[in-house]
Amino acid sequence: MSKTFGKAFVFGDNITTDALAPGAYMKAPLAELAAHCLESIDADFARDMKRGDIVVGGENFGMGSSREQAVMALRELGIGYVIAKSFAGLFFRNCINLGLAPLMCVDAAKINAGDELCCDAGEGSILNKTKNECYACEPIPPHLMAMLNDGGLLSHLVKRRALITTLPSN
Amino acid sequence: MLPRLAQTLAQKIIARAAGRDSVRVGELIVAKVDLAMMHDSGGPRRVAAMLAEIGASVWDRNKVVVVTDHFVPAVDVDSARILKLTRDWVRINQVDRFHDMQGICHVVMTENGHVRPGMFAVGGDSHSPTAGAFGAFMFGVGATEMAGVLATGEIWIKVPETQLIRWQGKLGHALSAKDMILATLKRLKLNTLKYGVAQYCGEAVTALSMSDRMVLTNMAAELGAQTGLIEPDATTFAALKNADVDMQYAPEFHGDPDATFLATWDFDANKLVPQVAAPHSPDNVDDVDRFQNVTIDQAYIGACTGAKLNDLHMAAEVLKGRKVARNIRLLIAPASTRMTAAAAADGTLATLTAAGAILLPSGCGACAGYGAGILAEDEVCISSTARNFKGRMGAASSHVYLGSPYTVAASAVTGRITDPREFIHVFHHAQAVA
Repeated sequence: MSKTFGKAFVFGDNITTDALAPGAYMKAPLAELAAHCLESIDADFARDMKRGDIVVGGENFGMGSSREQAVMALRELGIGYVIAKSFAGLFFRNCINLGLAPLMCVDAAKINAGDELCCDAGEGSILNKTKNECYACEPIPPHLMAMLNDGGLLSHLVKRRALITTLPSN
Repeated sequence: MLPRLAQTLAQKIIARAAGRDSVRVGELIVAKVDLAMMHDSGGPRRVAAMLAEIGASVWDRNKVVVVTDHFVPAVDVDSARILKLTRDWVRINQVDRFHDMQGICHVVMTENGHVRPGMFAVGGDSHSPTAGAFGAFMFGVGATEMAGVLATGEIWIKVPETQLIRWQGKLGHALSAKDMILATLKRLKLNTLKYGVAQYCGEAVTALSMSDRMVLTNMAAELGAQTGLIEPDATTFAALKNADVDMQYAPEFHGDPDATFLATWDFDANKLVPQVAAPHSPDNVDDVDRFQNVTIDQAYIGACTGAKLNDLHMAAEVLKGRKVARNIRLLIAPASTRMTAAAAADGTLATLTAAGAILLPSGCGACAGYGAGILAEDEVCISSTARNFKGRMGAASSHVYLGSPYTVAASAVTGRITDPREFIHVFHHAQAVA
């Protein structure tokens, strides 16, 4: 996972999966869906952000649908981390499964749009270069950190064959 | 000997699925999945390639249910391809429990007796908690996690806290479970449950039909719960029998009476009036009369939350002998084809269409912006569905209000958001019930 600096794009509480992955583009190719990511809240987000930038939310980030395209759209755009005060449970699981680190941070509201951030999921810390502050994150449990380090659930399963009960016979 | 650990219904189900006597809240558990349900949007279309990528196949085809409901019927080549891929995958993988265009997954699951009390199940859809009305622990997962379940038959879970939502008293006329859940959302908002379990109880819950109970567990998703549960009772077992479930496999499954809950929230059904959620959140709720000046363009009765046979009956009760207002469109997408047939047989469809309602195919439809009934810029809709997030049903500047089927139907008649109690008198309701 990247430890380079990224610019913060700040959103509020209860950011929905409908905003992250709008239903109207759910059958379109991922690149097209991603171009509409968060447009109902910030019409220019997908255009203005750069790879390595960071999305910051308030409470209950990613609420709503089980669609993991909400995570895939952020990853497709090159978002490095998602920081929020709290995450919707389903979205949090989807992040881990797809290898995008969700950082739960009580100080998320201290981050302003445009702040330069550097995150360390393993250490559970966020460095705010703009404000010269450091924030602690809720530690990600070891079994989920292992999944994240493997690049998500599927590569984790491949590495730990034991979890897969059915394999091709030849 | 260790003292016996009092278990909630959720703990009992998880312990059973993990092959344990008991589990503690907060424990990390790997449990065996009794049933995995997928639909055409997050199902084979996505998991087929993932399973191929990791060289795995389906762990137990008899524990898999596939339903097409999101892209039905196909409106363009893209959706037709998704449906074809789904059908091909089901055939190749010999999944017998495939319900193609028979209705919305959560409803079709219960109609066909796939859901049983005590079951530990996952669904590739966030409204999977619907099954909790039958005392099953079912929660939503994304496609990658579904691929993991299909490959291994297992999933990890952190044993959740349970919060009780207790509704005492008796619902008045022209009120329904939808008003109860909206009032619950008004108080608990979107995140009080924090991915725990919302367990509904109390005499007003016990008095509900299975169809109405499913509204409560369905919208546990909006409460931010991992799932919703209701203890199985005589109503549950009668419904299971009706769905031809082998009762041998539908055991009595209950939480311990001395189990502890994180919180208990009390509500009084006697004081409840029709509730409406304003844009753009299901917890932005107030009494219906606060919205009587809101004029509408569209009224929508649909989705897993609000278009079951019972919901169609509510709409028909309001619309009998009345007409949808000029320049208003009332769209009705019954939750399943079986329910459409039942509504045709009992005269409900005739009442609805005579009033001017337009019937749509059974499926998720406009609720999530996939199907017919999408809104243009600045249009206003009142809907019996579960979510009114910005842009979900169409243009970002459109407005969706949520209400019960009674409220949606009454609003269709007047063209503005309307208290349905004005349309159904107590004596009329008593006759209808008798």
